[in-house]
Amino acid sequence: MAGLIKTKPTPPRWLLAELTYACPLQCPYCSNPIDYANYKTELDTEDWLRVLTQARKMGAVQLGFSGGEPLTRKDLPELVKHARELGYYSNLITSGYGLTEEKIIQLKEAGLDHIQVSIQASSQELNDHIAGTASFTHKKEVAHLVKKHGYPMVLCVVIHRENIHQMPEILAMAEELGADYLELANTQYYGWAHINRNLLLPTQAQFEKAEAIAQAFKEKVAGKMKIYYVVPDFYEDRPKACMNGWGTTFLTIAPDGVALPCHSARELPGLECPNVKDYSIEEIWNESKAFSYFRGIEWMKEPCSSCDEKEKDFGGCHCQAYLLTGDMHNADPVCSKSPHHGVIQDAIDAAAQSALSTNEKPLVFRNSKNSKLLS
Amino acid sequence: MTINAEQPIHFSRTHRLQWEEAQQKNVILYPEGMVELNQSSAEILKLCDGTRTLAQIVSTLETTFNTSGLTNDITAFLEVAIQNGWINQN
Repeated sequence: MAGLIKTKPTPPRWLLAELTYACPLQCPYCSNPIDYANYKTELDTEDWLRVLTQARKMGAVQLGFSGGEPLTRKDLPELVKHARELGYYSNLITSGYGLTEEKIIQLKEAGLDHIQVSIQASSQELNDHIAGTASFTHKKEVAHLVKKHGYPMVLCVVIHRENIHQMPEILAMAEELGADYLELANTQYYGWAHINRNLLLPTQAQFEKAEAIAQAFKEKVAGKMKIYYVVPDFYEDRPKACMNGWGTTFLTIAPDGVALPCHSARELPGLECPNVKDYSIEEIWNESKAFSYFRGIEWMKEPCSSCDEKEKDFGGCHCQAYLLTGDMHNADPVCSKSPHHGVIQDAIDAAAQSALSTNEKPLVFRNSKNSKLLS
Repeated sequence: MTINAEQPIHFSRTHRLQWEEAQQKNVILYPEGMVELNQSSAEILKLCDGTRTLAQIVSTLETTFNTSGLTNDITAFLEVAIQNGWINQN
């Protein structure tokens, strides 16, 4: 538009470095894309060092090393060291698989600030089933070692229908392990979780019971343990303010170097997400089509454009709108004002039906074989 | 949780206090989170080095900024800080 003064976007604060799609676990709610097996190339060490430097210069300060399993990257200590020198607060988001005491010490010396260990359930049998790998005993040992070496310990448990009944035991486990933070992440239904939704989505009654237990626990451990509770948006009336607003705060770099405004955005059509091999972080953030696409409110149509809450939730999640309504420009159907809101109730009903069915289909585990079959 | 007047106050070993050039602000960093601080909050927290008690922090700041009567404001802020786990006493 002629004469329109373009305001410069706020700089990124959060950089999520998805170092690899390789992972020894097979969690059926993995947020990696279904077709991850098709992306075979990984950035090399030099690329990552450059990305860290450029994003830090713009103002990114929180850094997540994620994946896949970031520990499978041999250059992790080198990246951590560079991040510390730049002044990032670096978070290692890991399954704990393959993490030894020696490695924990090495990463601490390199300057890693925090380790988040995921545990899939409070019992060995269920943990190992969901993870698709025998890992429960080792994960608990890793949690102890993380504490022992002075890191703040964050335990992350993804909640779904298979483990939601374990809420009291999960909380007891977090207390026993001495977690400083407990992230109770209700499954968000994208990627692999979308495929497995009928088997993972709990009923509203299950949600409410688990939430009440978690809430009471939160008060009990106040001052000792912080609880991050990721809400289950299917049972909300309004959508989440996804990514704190598109292209305002979060920058994800996928293993092959594609820059994403949110870690699911790879699945959205026509965004032409740029690659860090071709552009600087500054060019990507300030000038690319992908990062400006849903910035602000100009892209909105009804019911968002006339809604008095549009600056609060920014129309919700575009990936969810795309997955559930077929058009990423629609309002997030979680919103009760959305004309497509009925798809949420349909999903809840289908999941409840599936839970009652005697011939329930098995979970589709996240692995390369399934990725190739499904893409 | 309140501040014990007898014990020294130290900044949490699981948080980090740092100046952010891009934001021109001091911030507290912790797992997956950040708090932006105004100048006076940052000045108080910088004195939480494990050697000073509440009264000593107050007198240091009153001397530095050549003022008096800061006790209530500083106490109120440190109570928020201890509840958030940014500082400890033991």
